[in-house]
Amino acid sequence: MDRIYMDNAATTAVCPEALSAMLPCFGEVFGNASSIHGDGRKARKYLEDARKTVAACLNAKPQEIYFTSGGSESDNWAVKGAAFANREKGNHIITTQIEHHAVLHTCQWLEKQGFEVTYLPVDEYGLVDPKAVEAAITDRTILITVMAANNEIGTLEPVAEIGKIAKAHKILFHTDAVQAVGAVPVDVNAWGVDMLSLSGHKFHGPKGIGALYVRTGSRVDTFLHGGAQERGRRASTENVPGAVGMAAALKKAVENLEENGMRMIDLRDRLIRGILESVPYARLNGHPLMRLPGNVNVSIPYVEGEALLLRLDLAGVSASSGSACTSGSLDPSHVLLAIGLPHEIAHGSLRLTLTDTSTGEEVDEVLRLLPPIVETLRGMSPMYDDFLNGQK
Amino acid sequence: MYSEKVMDHFANPRNVGEIENADGVGTVGNAKCGDIMRMYLKVENGIIQDVKFKTFGCGAAIATSSMATEMVKGKTLKEALALTNKAVMEALDGLPPVKVHCSLLAEEAIHAAVEDYLKNHPEERID
Repeated sequence: MDRIYMDNAATTAVCPEALSAMLPCFGEVFGNASSIHGDGRKARKYLEDARKTVAACLNAKPQEIYFTSGGSESDNWAVKGAAFANREKGNHIITTQIEHHAVLHTCQWLEKQGFEVTYLPVDEYGLVDPKAVEAAITDRTILITVMAANNEIGTLEPVAEIGKIAKAHKILFHTDAVQAVGAVPVDVNAWGVDMLSLSGHKFHGPKGIGALYVRTGSRVDTFLHGGAQERGRRASTENVPGAVGMAAALKKAVENLEENGMRMIDLRDRLIRGILESVPYARLNGHPLMRLPGNVNVSIPYVEGEALLLRLDLAGVSASSGSACTSGSLDPSHVLLAIGLPHEIAHGSLRLTLTDTSTGEEVDEVLRLLPPIVETLRGMSPMYDDFLNGQK
Repeated sequence: MYSEKVMDHFANPRNVGEIENADGVGTVGNAKCGDIMRMYLKVENGIIQDVKFKTFGCGAAIATSSMATEMVKGKTLKEALALTNKAVMEALDGLPPVKVHCSLLAEEAIHAAVEDYLKNHPEERID
């Protein structure tokens, strides 16, 4: 069997539709989209068609789509841009403890610049309580930023409810939808968001391209200065191949969303059930139903996540973990700690993320490989010894 | 990110297990930080005749435990106490910077097991 790739929340393979859409942009459509000559205008046409496609997939207007270098830039732009543009109105930002670091670290940096940030806790499933969002609002609040779907545990947040609250209080609302776009239906109007971040390589588009949706009339400062690109809001020569590839991938994902979603939910639940049945003491992280169709995140006590990953890798499976050892810090994932897992359990987490090309055979193969790997690692774990001795 | 030697000792760890009625046992680390190492020694005539380990931890934690046991097996207690994390790292062809603490833990685990033995055999302590 070929290698099994179950790390689609980290990145995905570029789909054939995206690749073939991009190829002309590396050949005849090489022009600078900002040039006024024929070669530039040809590239501009490709770029603007891509913008229309992305806008249509989000129920947005084309002029509300700004291409960026990816999810992290979109998050940085949205949060810093909204903070500084609205500074005379206030200095308070509301977010959650489980945001991606692109939002969290940006908020922490803004605190050093004099802004105040409320980091809302989440419940055991990773859900943010919209009532808590409303309760945190002060007359100094200028921005609410809550992710649409968590990248680690897959929990889908009540974005539409928070959108209503933000609108009622006339506060800008940003959502990091990097994991949600292409995986679940996204509608900027139904959600009531003013800004939304997305990243091409999470839904089989190329790397190095993303977008920020900014609702017409929202006050957001320019982030990259130095050119008139993206209607003067984001300098840098337009990444035409990236935008074209991302648009093709998003179009495909959205067209097949319902069918793929249902198939992936079946595979996801088969994988979750199989692990919980075959690995003693394993527990599911995240919400059992309100979760991304492709996300499986389990904690496997008495083993450490990186060791688990390396063993799976040796067996031909690519996965991910929230253990400290895979993050380069001594603390395990902030998301797993926020849902209340003790450190020692959080160290033993395993994330397996599926995509539309995942198969039942792959799921079954992982279910065959995983239990003996856990048994081997537990066999050399002094923690497991202590646990078994404590049970006697 | 890991050397071939680290991956070899991770995938095929030497001296895994425990020694019943061990002469010395040392446990270091804590679960909160994600690493626990426990070393078991069998000592005869001042020589480490056998050594086993159990480790909860990442790839580097398991590989350094394995290498450290190999490096003290058949050695004197004094030689075991002289084991350094640097020597363990070198024997593994290096570790990524964020994993250096794993080698330190391996050194401490060996030392803790020897000290445990010496606590019960103070007459064998040579300063």
